[in-house]
Amino acid sequence: MSNASATNGNAQASVKKKSQIADVWKRLCRNKTAMLGLVIMILLVLIAILSPIVFDYDNQVIKTDYSSTLQWPSAAHPFGTDELGRDILIRTMYATSISLSIGVVTVIVALSMGLILGASAGYFGGKVDMVIMRIMDIFLAIPGTLLAICIVASLGNSIPNLVIAQAIASTPTFARVVRGAVLTVRGAEYVEAARAIGAKDATIIFHDVLPNSLAPIIVQTTLQVASVILSIAGLSFLGLGIPAPTPEWGAMLSSARSYIRDYSYMCMFPGCAIMITILALNLLGDGLRDALDPRLR
Amino acid sequence: MIKFIIKRLIALIPVLIGVSLLVFFILDLAPGDPAKTILGEQARPEDIEALREEMGLNDPFFVRYGRYMWDLCHGDLGTSYKTRAPVGEEVWARLPNTFKLAATSTVIAIVLALPLGVIAAIKQNTLFDGVSMFISLLGISIPIFWFGLLLILLFAVNLGWFPVSGADQGIRSLVLPSFALGFQHMAAIARTTRSSMLETIRQDYIRTVRAKGLPEREVIIDHALRNALIPTTTVIGLQMGGMLGGSVLTESVFAWPGIGRYMVQSIQGRDIPSVMGCIIIFAISFALINLLVDLIYGFIDPRIKAQYK
Repeated sequence: MSNASATNGNAQASVKKKSQIADVWKRLCRNKTAMLGLVIMILLVLIAILSPIVFDYDNQVIKTDYSSTLQWPSAAHPFGTDELGRDILIRTMYATSISLSIGVVTVIVALSMGLILGASAGYFGGKVDMVIMRIMDIFLAIPGTLLAICIVASLGNSIPNLVIAQAIASTPTFARVVRGAVLTVRGAEYVEAARAIGAKDATIIFHDVLPNSLAPIIVQTTLQVASVILSIAGLSFLGLGIPAPTPEWGAMLSSARSYIRDYSYMCMFPGCAIMITILALNLLGDGLRDALDPRLR
Repeated sequence: MIKFIIKRLIALIPVLIGVSLLVFFILDLAPGDPAKTILGEQARPEDIEALREEMGLNDPFFVRYGRYMWDLCHGDLGTSYKTRAPVGEEVWARLPNTFKLAATSTVIAIVLALPLGVIAAIKQNTLFDGVSMFISLLGISIPIFWFGLLLILLFAVNLGWFPVSGADQGIRSLVLPSFALGFQHMAAIARTTRSSMLETIRQDYIRTVRAKGLPEREVIIDHALRNALIPTTTVIGLQMGGMLGGSVLTESVFAWPGIGRYMVQSIQGRDIPSVMGCIIIFAISFALINLLVDLIYGFIDPRIKAQYK
C-alpha cells in the first residue's frame, strides 16, 4: 500500500519535473535570438569535435611551409595563410576545440569550487559564511584578468596553468552567485521539513537547496564560459596564454598584428571567431535567464 | 558622510593586506632565482649567493612579506630587478597615462550609453531599440584587443587620421585607445540603463506625473532617469574592474605607456617586484573607485545617503 503510494508520488514528481524542463525549453524556443545563439553554439561544438578528427595536427595545423607564406585568401586557402605558411582556416577551426574545451573545463572546475564554497557559506551562515566570503572578497578585490595574469606570470604559461589561473579567478563569482541563490531558498519550508525529518546537511544542500537555486547558476555558467574564452584569448594575445605553436585565436591575432599594414586579412578571421563564440554564448545566456525565470523579464 | 568615508577606508585595510599577501604568495611561487636574473647566467655562484643574502631572499616567506609590507607602508614598492630603479617611480611616471585613458573611456562610455539605453527603453521594441541593443551586444562580445586592431587598421593605417600607437601626439593619440576601451563598457552600461529605465517608466509615480500633464521630456529626465540611474551606477562601478583589466590589453595594443603595458613588459622580463607593484596599485585603485561609486549613490539617491551616518 505504502509502496504503491510512493511509486505514485515518484511518478507525479517526475511528471512535474519534466513539465518544468519542457516549460523552460518551450520559452527558450520562443526566443529567436536565444535560438540563434544555441544554433551557433551547436555548430561551434561540432567544429570543435570534428576538427581534431578531420585535420592532421602535425602536418596541417602546426607545420610550417615556407613556400606558401602570407598568401591572401584564395580558393586553396579560403582564409589565407600566415607568416609561417599555415592555413588560417584550418588553424581557426582547430582553435575552436582548444578554446571551447579549455573554457568548459575551467568553468566546471570553478563551478565545483564555487558550489562547495558558496553553498556552505549560504547554508551554514554565521562564521563559516563570514570567513569564506571575506576570502572571496580578497580575490574579488583584484580584477579577474589581472589575477589570472598574476598566476600565469608566476606558474608559467601552459594549458594546465591557464586552466588553474582562470578557474581560481572565476571561483569567487560562482561562490557569490551560489551563496545568493542558496540564501533565497534556505528559509523555505521544504528545507525546514527536510531538516525536521533528520536529513544530513550535505543531503539538504545537494538534494533540496541546490536544485532549487539552479536558475542563476546555469545562467552564470553560460556567461562565464564566454568570459573565460575571452580572457584566455586576451592572455594569449599578450603572450601569456597558450604557448606556440598550438593554434589559439588570441595568439593568432597577436602574430597577425605585426603584419597588419600589408596583410590585414590575417587579423580578421580569428577575431571574428572569438566574437561569434562570445556573441552566441551571450545570446544563449540571456535567453536562458529569461526562460528560467520569467519574472525577470 | 566623512565618518562613512573613514569607516570604509579602514575597512579597506584588511582587504589590502589580504590582497598583498595573496599576490606576494602567488608571485613567490615563480620559478627562477632573482639574483641570477640580475647578475646573468654567467655569474659566479658565490656572487649569486652574496646578492641573495643582500636582497634578503634567503629569509623565510613571512619575514620577506613583512619587510615588503613595512616598505610599502613607507611608500616603497621595492626595486625593479631589471632597471634597478625604484618600482614606485616607474609606476608613478605611468599612472597619469593609465588614469587619462581610464577617465576618457569612462566618459565616452557614459556619454554614449545613457542616451542609447534611455531612448531604447522609451522606444521599446522599435527598430532603434533593436539596433542599439545589437550594438551593445556586439560591444560585450567583441574582444577589446581585436576591436583595437580593427580601429588601428581603419583609422590609423588606412585613413591616417590618428597615430597607430604611442602617446606622443596628445589628444589624437588618446582617441583610438579610449574609444576601444570605452565601447566595451558602453555596451554593459547601455543594457543596464535600458532595463532599469523600462522598470522605472512603468511605476505608478511616473503614471502620476504623466497624468499631471508634465511634458514627456521632464517626465523622463527629471523623474524616471534619476531613479533608473542607481543600477546604472552599480554597473559603472562593477565595470571598473573590467576596465582596469581591459586597460592592460588596450595599452598593449596601442603601445600606450601606462601601468598595464608596464606590467606586461615586467612579466615578460620576469621582473617580479614591478609586477607586484602594478597589481597592488591596481587593487588600491579598484578599491578607491568602488568607494567613490558608493559615494555617488548618495548623490543620486537620498535614501542611501541617509544610511551613510
